[in-house]
Amino acid sequence: MKKLKNMTDTNLLLAITIVVFFLMYIGAVVILGKGFLKPQNFFNILNTNAALIITSVGMSIVMITGGIDISVGGVAALVSMSCAVYLDYHNGSVAGSILIALAIGLLYGLVQGYLVAYLDIQPFIVSLAGMFFARGMTTIVNTKPFNVANEAFVALKNTRIIVPGMGSTNKKGMYIDAYVEIGVIVALIVVVLFFLVLRYLKLGRNFYAVGGNKQSALMLGINVKRTKFISHIICSMLAGIGGYVYFLHVGSGSASHAMGMEMNAIASSIIGGTMLTGGVGNIIGTLFGVLSLSTIQNIVTSAGFDQAWWTGITIAAMLCIFLVIQSLVIARKNK
Amino acid sequence: MNTLKKITSNQMFIPLAALLLLIIFNLIMDPGFFKINLVQNSAGNYVFSGYLITILDMGSELAILAIGMTLVTAASGGQDISVGAVIAIGGSVILRVLCGTDPRPEVLKAPIIVAFLISCVVCMIFGAFNGALVAFFRIQPMVATLIMYTAGRSIAAWINNNTLPVISPAASETFAYFGGFIPGIPIPTPVFIAIICVIITMLILKFTNLGLYTQSVGINENSSRLNGLNPEFIKLMAFVLLGLCVAVAGLIKVSRISTINYSVIAKDIEMDAILAVALGGNALSGGKFNMIASILGAYVIQFLTTTLYKFKVSADALPAYKAVVVIFLVVMSAPIVRDYLEQLRKKMAASRKEAAES
Repeated sequence: MKKLKNMTDTNLLLAITIVVFFLMYIGAVVILGKGFLKPQNFFNILNTNAALIITSVGMSIVMITGGIDISVGGVAALVSMSCAVYLDYHNGSVAGSILIALAIGLLYGLVQGYLVAYLDIQPFIVSLAGMFFARGMTTIVNTKPFNVANEAFVALKNTRIIVPGMGSTNKKGMYIDAYVEIGVIVALIVVVLFFLVLRYLKLGRNFYAVGGNKQSALMLGINVKRTKFISHIICSMLAGIGGYVYFLHVGSGSASHAMGMEMNAIASSIIGGTMLTGGVGNIIGTLFGVLSLSTIQNIVTSAGFDQAWWTGITIAAMLCIFLVIQSLVIARKNK
Repeated sequence: MNTLKKITSNQMFIPLAALLLLIIFNLIMDPGFFKINLVQNSAGNYVFSGYLITILDMGSELAILAIGMTLVTAASGGQDISVGAVIAIGGSVILRVLCGTDPRPEVLKAPIIVAFLISCVVCMIFGAFNGALVAFFRIQPMVATLIMYTAGRSIAAWINNNTLPVISPAASETFAYFGGFIPGIPIPTPVFIAIICVIITMLILKFTNLGLYTQSVGINENSSRLNGLNPEFIKLMAFVLLGLCVAVAGLIKVSRISTINYSVIAKDIEMDAILAVALGGNALSGGKFNMIASILGAYVIQFLTTTLYKFKVSADALPAYKAVVVIFLVVMSAPIVRDYLEQLRKKMAASRKEAAES
């Protein structure tokens, strides 16, 4: 018990998350049978949630710095629609579409970061407006949802990377290789990269310092405004990349794409132990946050509650529980 | 010079100026915007119709929401972004009580007033849930209400088991009155409901300490506590009152179409409600507020929406334009920008003075 008390907030919250994830996964295996034991089931979770992992990493960084960004879902939708239109109607190249995704992300980061960091406007209001702007812009770019038929893109979309030694035999006795999509590789690179940045780079430590206490960060000689600015640029850039990975997964452009992704990203970060008040958080935790969230969604759907509303309610309930836990952790510190 | 400064520093200046700008814009583009006709509607009543009537009619829910949102903003320094989702819940509850389990009832299962009161209670409970997270667990209001923002529409669909109950005129003619017209009266009923809500709010603000207490909690929580107020309770109350406003808006919304669509009803209305408060010149970080300015702000927003619709902007693209307005407003009201403009004005005045002297 004393050891628990001496743990830092970051480690305590991270530990809670990892324990929750494993309990849930084991629970799923016990209750819902062997389907969850197949490695491919796990890889499918990664495949569908690669985009969410990337955006959640960005969200965690903004939240560690003490801000929030709810425009990421809108940015993802805007990216997928713009790229789809560019690829199909303008006969564009895949490299060009990636550049478009990055440009949209960068532009969003610059504007929102400037408004939040240098004009000192509440991040929530700025990104709420950003979200509505992105959603509106998506329909202005193109109203109707459509599937992309560009050959080079479809080839990239269908690329499967086989994970050796993880395959399983199906009912007919045929061996099927386990695979992941390209997006998963991107997501893992992003996770590792930003884990290292946050842990070892001066920039990363600055994020924690600014989020923890703005005043003391300022006294330590940290450029608070620039740090906030950079955090928003990273978040929006990652939202752009995440949007592209999402686009790569679904292969179509639509104004209703990535609906509620901002919510899932915030929920994943919070479940992963990032504190809303800033200064506390961990990218590995965020990864586990995404995994916990998608596992519980998987459990909910395979347990027979397949109506769409259960997903919304479970995420909200989980978010609520973890918010309360955080609130209690803060209370513990104040004692 | 002094009178000019007095006028521009008045809180009512921003919404009135925005309103004036919109009126002038519409006068230039098409004066027909302001025409009001007396036409016969499908029920055979003579009713007013025209863009101005549409604004007053459709702006009612927004004005009612603006009342609650202003209180929440003042007390907690944050906004409730779950109002649209809770409207869906409130509307769903009304239909559930009126229809029972039958999606196409021949007769209503309960009086409308009972359904409305139950909806009020439910919406106030959800308001209290949001309020408790904010007041007792000290979670930022926008994040706390994010929970209901996600879950709300799902809960609304769940209440009616995902069916879409319809109240046909055969079952009840009265139900459509709240969102339409009462026979013999040419003005839409929501306008009256909004006026009643505004009058009640004004009376409460005038004869109780609600306004004073809310503002003092918003300005400085600790000193309010030292002065014997209970900040937690006041924040909670602000959210519960917003819940009540949401229930009223929900009744109007479902009455308009006599049915409900869980994913579309009151979509994006939280944005408009927050915008109304901001346009009313109220600080979004809490503290002092001006109720009349917020309500006027709500109608200005509706004016903007109707103008955009008139120019064939599709409903899906609308948020993009409004977002630009929001960003413009918050940038202009940011303290840093204000200070900068003030300095610029002083510098210009000084240089003019120098020029006059030399």
